[in-house]
Amino acid sequence: MSDSTMFHGGTAESNAIRDNYLALARRKQMYSGILMVIFIAMMVSGFRLADSRNAGGFWNGISQIFEFPSEVLAEGIAKAALIPALLAKFLPSLIETLNIAAVSTLIGAILAVLLALLSTRGLARWPRLIPVFRRMMDGMRAIPEIVIALVLIFILGGGPVPAMIAIAFHTTGALGKLFSEVAENADLKPVEGLSSVGASWIQKMWLGVIPQVAPNWLSYALLRFEINIRASAILGFVGSGGIGYDLRIAMQWGQGRYDEVVAIFILLFVTIVFFDQLSSHYRNRMVKGH
Amino acid sequence: MSSIDTAPGAASDLNLAVLKGFSRKQMVAFGVPAVILLYLVYVFFAFDIPGIASRARLDNAAILVSDFWSHKTHVTRDNRNNEVTVSIEGENKGTYPEGMLPDWVTMADGVTRIDLGKGHEVIFDADGARYMVPGYGLVDISPQAGKLRLVLPDGGIPDWINASDTRVAVTTGQGRFSYTRNRTEVFKYQAGWELFFFTLDSPFYGKSFGELVQLATVGERVDTNRSNISAMANDFWNNAMWRHGDVAWALFETVLMAFLGTMGAAMIALPLAFFAATNFSPSRPILFTLRRLFDFLRGVDGLIWTIILSRAFGPGPMTGALAILLTDTGTFGKTFSEALENIDNKQVEGVQSTGASRIQQARFGVIPQVTPVFLSQVLYYFESNTRSATVIGAIVGGGIGLLLTQAISTQKDWEEVSYYIILIILMVMAMDTLSGWLRSRLIGRTGHP
Repeated sequence: MSDSTMFHGGTAESNAIRDNYLALARRKQMYSGILMVIFIAMMVSGFRLADSRNAGGFWNGISQIFEFPSEVLAEGIAKAALIPALLAKFLPSLIETLNIAAVSTLIGAILAVLLALLSTRGLARWPRLIPVFRRMMDGMRAIPEIVIALVLIFILGGGPVPAMIAIAFHTTGALGKLFSEVAENADLKPVEGLSSVGASWIQKMWLGVIPQVAPNWLSYALLRFEINIRASAILGFVGSGGIGYDLRIAMQWGQGRYDEVVAIFILLFVTIVFFDQLSSHYRNRMVKGH
Repeated sequence: MSSIDTAPGAASDLNLAVLKGFSRKQMVAFGVPAVILLYLVYVFFAFDIPGIASRARLDNAAILVSDFWSHKTHVTRDNRNNEVTVSIEGENKGTYPEGMLPDWVTMADGVTRIDLGKGHEVIFDADGARYMVPGYGLVDISPQAGKLRLVLPDGGIPDWINASDTRVAVTTGQGRFSYTRNRTEVFKYQAGWELFFFTLDSPFYGKSFGELVQLATVGERVDTNRSNISAMANDFWNNAMWRHGDVAWALFETVLMAFLGTMGAAMIALPLAFFAATNFSPSRPILFTLRRLFDFLRGVDGLIWTIILSRAFGPGPMTGALAILLTDTGTFGKTFSEALENIDNKQVEGVQSTGASRIQQARFGVIPQVTPVFLSQVLYYFESNTRSATVIGAIVGGGIGLLLTQAISTQKDWEEVSYYIILIILMVMAMDTLSGWLRSRLIGRTGHP
């Protein structure tokens, strides 16, 4: 009873508060509404623009979307007996693609550890140079892999090395930022303890910081490895090296070699799914402890 | 402690266990770097790194670096019809029109004088060509009976002159000169990207910044039909050498691909994620099917989607956008449904207790909790997809990725390659800043998800 009287017969003050709240809520709704309208307008006009600048239209293409896959599949099924031999034939290329991803992740992660420690407040060897190392990582992150890969192919010739350097470069920047964010939250007490016994900077980092952050760093590096497998396949297609390159050759040949395309698709799909599951399994174990 | 004191056997067990632990840790501490090292050694040979040194083309690197900061102007004399042309980078679009020459070239009575600076001077005339090299002397070449007669100052041929019966080439710090029976050619290298703003046919070419400002504001109209400033903008935008208009379009197309792909994927994945989260899904089979669908979309990967889609949709930005959309629908579906499984149920129960329907529960109990996570995911992917769209553009034939691969495959327009690289980096950095800004505005905190 008293509740309802308070609610209905509110003083002028509480009425003012209520009006104020409702006005605020309405304004907030209006803002969200405007944002929504702008977003939808951008999506629709963007879609129409992209559609008009595309060689084949969207609606025309959507009806043919299954033509190419069914063509490839039909040939794959017709030559199903050859597929196992082709799988074995492309296995070395697949291993090369995986090697590119693994080495670039490894080198990128080692450099990222260095850059991350040098650019983390409280841990840096030269605190004044923190902004320099941070901008360096931003720059490395911003350069798309394809740019470095294509330029290096011009200088170094084909093969897996340009792709490896390109991916390692980008990985350094990307992992460095993530590593540094993890290291920022590290407990500084072990570092202080080590300084009190006169440890050098390398000893402080190796014994005081790295054991704390290693699980998170490893989990980011695993995630990166998975991303780099995809990147290495795609760089092979655009540039050279690994299974991507074989895929481009098979695609250029077109009909008659679709059995090779099928084999490469299978290899790529299985590999990506396998490493995806493997990395998410280990990441869960490392970060959550189960 | 007391158990150790009272039981000597247990103590030695513990001692052993601790020592074992130590030795295991030591094994790991030395073993992991050793394995990494072994792997790197294996890759060193598998990738044939020793062979790289012999395959590397350092001269290509030199071309790349010099094109990055300089341009060259060709002065070419066709020795069959005695015509001399001056063109920037030897391109048609950069050829000086009749009656217009750079100030270091003079032509009179069939004699062409080229001043290469620092006293280096080349003269073409009907008798042949002469190159005056200060501190060395005159290099005199004239055709005689189908061969080239080369007259040098005393002493042998220095290593910067390459001479045979049919071709003489001189390379100095000021430029390059070559003479064959059919043509005489001089390259002069100068700093900067010539014609970056206006091509030679534009009336604004060669004007200083001050003159341009004056023309744009108070100067007389060059073309009476339109104002100078719009003529300038038009000449710049339609610059035939650098194609600023096309490049801007290509950059925009790349961002458009990333935008359409990311946002489209988020819009599709959002409702599907509810059906793929254990605490919201109406039935197990739907949940299971959707999860496998997400895994499939991610597993097939952008590369294969791009290839399949470009067959159906042809080259262009729409194809790239759809490839990004398909891959990211899988990614977003997975991460969104995981985020939905981790929500705090108390808010949902609170909304439920007011008698809200399931839709209302989702709207007022769930969405406010997950919006920050979703938004920061989407913005992060938007930024990273700008980079992917560059690569995908190179495959599907759209955006800046296409321009970049085309410029690289000609193997000579390295100044354009450098220009595109700079623009790509600026574009990615701008997107990084934009997505960080949007994230802090919409969510109120910074940092990656």
